[in-house]
Order: sequence, then C-alpha cells, then structure tokens
Amino acid sequence: MAQVEASGPMLDAAGVPLKASLARAERRNRLKALGLVFPLLAFILITFVYPIALMVFRGVDNPTVSTILPKTAEILRAWDGNGLPGDEAFVSLAGEFAFASKERTLGKVATRLNYELAGSRSLVTKSGRKLKKLEAPTKEDLVEIDKRWSQPETWSVLKRLAEPYTFAYYLAAIDKTYDVDGTVVDQPESRQIYVALFMRTLWVSLLITGLCVLLAYPIAYLMAILPTKTSNLLMIMVLLPFWTSLLVRTSSWIVLLQTEGVLNDILVWTGIIGEDGRIQMIYNMTGTVVAMVHILLPFMVLPLFSVMKTISPTYMRAAKSLGATPARAFWTVYFPQTVPGIGAGSILVFILAIGYYITPALVGGRTGQLISNFIAYHMQQSLNWGLAAALGGILLAGVLALYWIYNRLVGIDNMKLG
Amino acid sequence: MVADNEEILVRFEEVQKSYDGEILVVKNLNLDIAKGEFLTMLGPSGSGKTTCLMMLAGFETATHGKIILDGNSINNVPPHKRDIGMVFQNYALFPHMTVAENLAYPLVVRKMSKDDIETRVQRALDMVQLGGFAGRRPAQLSGGQAQRVAVARALVFEPKLVLMDEPLGALDKQLREQMQYEIKHIHDNLGVTVVYVTHDQSEALTMSDRVAVFNDGVIQQLAPPDQLYELPENSFVAQFIGENNKLSGKVTATNGSTCTVEVDGSGEVKAVPINIDGIGSRSSLSLRPERVMVNPTDGSCPNVFDARVEELIYLGDHMRTRVSVCGHDDFIVKVPNSAGHVHLRPGETVKVGWQAEDCRALDA
Repeated sequence: MAQVEASGPMLDAAGVPLKASLARAERRNRLKALGLVFPLLAFILITFVYPIALMVFRGVDNPTVSTILPKTAEILRAWDGNGLPGDEAFVSLAGEFAFASKERTLGKVATRLNYELAGSRSLVTKSGRKLKKLEAPTKEDLVEIDKRWSQPETWSVLKRLAEPYTFAYYLAAIDKTYDVDGTVVDQPESRQIYVALFMRTLWVSLLITGLCVLLAYPIAYLMAILPTKTSNLLMIMVLLPFWTSLLVRTSSWIVLLQTEGVLNDILVWTGIIGEDGRIQMIYNMTGTVVAMVHILLPFMVLPLFSVMKTISPTYMRAAKSLGATPARAFWTVYFPQTVPGIGAGSILVFILAIGYYITPALVGGRTGQLISNFIAYHMQQSLNWGLAAALGGILLAGVLALYWIYNRLVGIDNMKLG
Repeated sequence: MVADNEEILVRFEEVQKSYDGEILVVKNLNLDIAKGEFLTMLGPSGSGKTTCLMMLAGFETATHGKIILDGNSINNVPPHKRDIGMVFQNYALFPHMTVAENLAYPLVVRKMSKDDIETRVQRALDMVQLGGFAGRRPAQLSGGQAQRVAVARALVFEPKLVLMDEPLGALDKQLREQMQYEIKHIHDNLGVTVVYVTHDQSEALTMSDRVAVFNDGVIQQLAPPDQLYELPENSFVAQFIGENNKLSGKVTATNGSTCTVEVDGSGEVKAVPINIDGIGSRSSLSLRPERVMVNPTDGSCPNVFDARVEELIYLGDHMRTRVSVCGHDDFIVKVPNSAGHVHLRPGETVKVGWQAEDCRALDA
C-alpha cells in the first residue's frame, strides 16, 4: 500500500489524490447541469448578448469613409490636421469621389458627412457628379466645384471620418460634437435635445415608478390580508390587463382620454368643465404617464403581494399590544418588512419604463416622447444607426449603473420577486 | 372562586363570542382573575381558550358581555391602550430590529427618555439571561433565546397583565420544560398577573396557580392543578387531565357519600357520587391508574374484580399494565417498580381493587 505523506495531498483508497477523484465524480453532474441549461444559454447568446454587443460596437464603428475612400482615408490619417492637407489629398479625394460616384456608393459618404456637417450632402453629391466628367481632376477643379473644399473645417471633419472608429455618435448622443480643431464642444443650442430627453425619460420613469408604488401598495395589502378566495379574485382582476393585448389597452386609453373622449364628455356633461375647456389628456406627457402606469402596475403589485403574503399579521398585533397606535405599528413594523417588495417592484417597473417604446409612441404625441422613441426614429426614419446605437448604449449603461447602485444600497439578495 | 381578600384584576362577565353568527365559540363565560395570579386556560384546539385571550388582548371583540380590567370595562378600549403585555406563539419578534430595538419598542412608543430606555432594556435582558445579545437580530437567535426575548419584551414596560398564547409550542421537550420553570420564576419574582393559554396539560399543571379547563366554549372546571387532577368534576376533565380509567354504567343506588354503579357487562362498583343525575341514570366512573391495587388483601377494598393481563409496557419507574376488567380491555394499572412488586405475565388472571373514594362517578 502506498505510504501517505503527512504533508502531501489527501489520497483516496486507490491512491489517486482525493481532489482529483472528487472532481471526476462531480464532472458527470456538472455536464448534466450544463446540458440542461445549454439550449437556453445558446438561445440567449445568439438572440440577446450577440445583438447587444453588435449594437454597442455599431455606436463606435465608422467604416464608411475608410472603405469607400480607402486611399484618401489613409492620407488624411497621416495628416496632422492643421489648416489644409497637401495636394495629394485633394487629388486622391477627387479620384475616389469620381470612382465612388460611378459605383453609386458615394451616397453613403454623403449621408455620413451630413451627420457631422449639416448641408454637406449636396456638397458631396454635387462634387461626385461633376468630378465624374473630368479626366484628371486637380485641387483647383475641386475648389472650383465648391468653395467649401478650400475650408479647413470640411477637411478636419473628413479626417475624423477617416478613422475606422469614432466617438462622434456617443458625443452626439450627449449633445456634444468635435469642432474644427478636434476638441469636444457643445452642440449649437438648437440641436441640443438628447440630454434633455434622457433627463425627461429618467424623470418620467421615476414618476411612473412612484405612482405605481402608491397605487399598488394598498391593493397588494388588501390582497394579502383578505381570505384566499377573495384575494384570488382580486389577483385575477389585477392580472386581467396583463392578458390583454398591449395595443388594445393603449387604444382604449385613447378612447377614454382624448379631447372628445369618454372622460371629457363626462366632465362636460356634469358641468365641471365647459365645452371649450376640454382637457388635453392624451398625446402629451399626461397620456404617456397614465397609460404606462396602468400597463406597468402588475409588475409592482405582484412582488409587493408576494412579500406581504409572508408577513404574519401577528407582527402588527404584537406592535399594538406593545402600545403602538395602528398607524405607528404600520409604519414601524409592517412597512419596513415590505421594503424588499417595494425595491423589487420599483426596479422592475423603472427598468421597464426607461426603455418603453410602444405606449409613448401611440399616446405620447409630441411632448410625451421618450428616449426609446428617438432610438426607434434613428433606426427607422433617419437611418442613423450609429447614433441609435450610441443612445441605446448609454441607456443600457445607465440601467446597469442604476442596478449596481440599487445593489449597493438595498442588496439584490433582499429583492423578492415571488 | 377567588378568595375575598384578593383583588380582582380581570373579570369576564357573561362573555359570548361568535365569528359567523351561527356558532358560539365562547358560551357565557364568567371568570375572575386575581392580581398576581398565574391562570392557565387549558383545552383542546377549538375549545375557545385562544379566543378568550384575544378578546382580553383586544384583537377580538366580544359579541356579548363585558370584560373588566382593573375595575373598568375595556370592551371599547383598543389594544394599544390596554397596557397588556403579550407573548405570541411564534414570538413575533420584529425581524428588522435588533434584540435591543425590539425590547425598546414599547418604551419608545411610550416616549421614555433614552437613558431610561437603555437601563430598562438592559435590566430586562439580564432578567432572561441574555445580557450580551442586545445587538443580535431575531434570525440569529435559537428558539429558546427568541422565546426569552419575547417574554422580556412583554414585560419590559411593566404591564399589569401579561398574556401568553402557547408560547412554548415551538420548542423541543427539554427546552420547553426549562422555559416553564423560567417563566414561573419570572412570575414569582415580579408578581405580575399572567394569563397563559396552552393545550399541554403538563405545562398547565406545572406552572399555574389555577387552571381553567375549556371545552366547547365553556369552562369545564376552574381549580388549582392538584384539585383538577384528583377531584375532576366531570368526565371531560377526568379524561383530559392525566391518565384516566373510564368505566361506564348505570347508577343503581345512592347512599350519601357513596353510590353504586352497575358497570355494563359485569359487576357493581362503589364510587363517590360527584356528577350524577340519580338512580337509573348513566354515569362514567373515573379512576386514576396509580390508585388501582393489584392483588389487594382481602377486605381492604370494596371494589375487587378479576382482571386478565393483556399487555405490559416497561417504563423504568413503573410498569404500565393494560388489563381487561368488567368488559373494558383498555383499563390501565400502574405497577410501581418497587422492591418486591408483583411480577405479572400477559395472559394470567389477577385480582385488582380500589377504594370507593378514589373512584368518582361523573356524567356519562
């Protein structure tokens, strides 16, 4: 039999180190566990993690100029960026413009340049069209086509676009831009919209979360103290809107809240407001908030209810027997025990609200739009995917940061979802 | 029941309680509790004992009748103004507060000064031998420790009356017995009035000055523990408290302090008439197993019968012996394991006998 050294690793009966044989014995179980989660893991990786990673990448990706105008891009990258570049840059640009114009790829360059420099789309297309007809275009030809080619600003923007990666989208997403010298400055006042929009989204989400807590707490409490039969009925009523199509629910809010809608009609009919005093309750922020609170309410009620259900009524009795008034017993004994439920419901509602799209799109009108609507706008209308990706990336980072703060303050283990 | 010179702290006057308007859970309860007394409400579940306690605490309202505390009716006084301490079945220690905060709660509510609260909390913790546990959370306490904290919290604001609702139900047997003595000692030292609810008769007998045996919403008997065991007034109490041999039969004769009951099947038994309706009525005879003698000397007992030994169970200090007597095969005899005790064997027939005064003729 093998001599086991006192300082050596523990051996099993066959003389194999115990750790190794334990690992071998456990391997089967681990493989089994991995096999069970693998389909979901693969699904999430392909349909969730990968697209998000792509989107975040698209926020810094800047391929247009470096692929369509490769030579010019190379020359511009080598240029120090002061004043105007050397003549070879002009010649190379003119040649590649003419080529790209023939290949019909110049439009992408025009669009891309237009994001950075308003009005430059026409500059690019016009230049391309005219350069196509010239045999060997020179710097002078270019300047003759448009004076802007003699301005350093045009070239400094082009140089920035020549880099394969850029922070321009992220800067645009926080209302900043590069100036001629490449330093970061504020966008002109008239184009500053995203910071205000982020703030508005944040504030509206907080408001919706707060309203959900206020509305959900009493109903969850009622459900927790009622006998199971009655509370089940209430639960079904809470969940009923959950089972209705989001579109149907949102449309019914339109029916109720519009200027010629049910609520306004009732108010006019009862004489509370005059015919000309009909209140605008939809297609603005009010509509967004009302409809979103309604839609997100179950996400607050359910965690609250599940937490309250576990709190024995004896605690309240104990507090009262110790001399606390019912109100005091509630605030000092019952309420603190429901905080994990409030936390869980709040983080759920808040994260859902901050990225909500369909409801603000339908009932938000012009003033009730949130950041997600602008992300959708840049995805579908303006086709500025880079900016959409940057806005989405900031939103994602913000949610993760809030989640992290929440974890530090409340502790994610304290969260009870059910 | 309470002696005249003792001051009455709690009085139930014709109290009734119904939850559904059809069934009375408590039927016409009259009960006086003296100051400083340790009174236990004992009974099977559903007997109304906890309902009585909850009415006293103010968590249930009496459907009819009056509850008087210290001379004043408290029917319309909300629980938080009654100044009654309460220990709950599952302790009900506030999980989000430390032990010290739990104990301080009733004092903070009463707006006492910080120093005052600190000294009282420490004193209460010392009383239950948990001086070093002030900073712990209830979840970090063992069952016995949590129980002690709950008791300390119910006493820390010096209430006139402390209610305990099966406080030891969740503890294991050994800890339960230890806690019984501790609660009893605290009661003796502080002189506080305690109303204790339990379904465990040994707990009731160990701790109480008086025990109220509840069944079916009615107090069956209210007496000190020894009387309850030795002088049960009806067959429910006889059966519920301790071990009991029950023989049913018909009363054939009464003669002042003794009566004769003809046990169904065979034989006449002499017994003390306690709770019978007269000649011809049905009666249950109650006889404690330790009062039965095996092979009594001739003439020493008026009741002697043949008994067939069915089963022997060895319990160390005594042999629990099941025999068939007068057609009842669940008759228990305790044979003490003393020097020279009789050795019984299953299947053999012996004589068993008992005194007439140990056998009580009760309601059927």
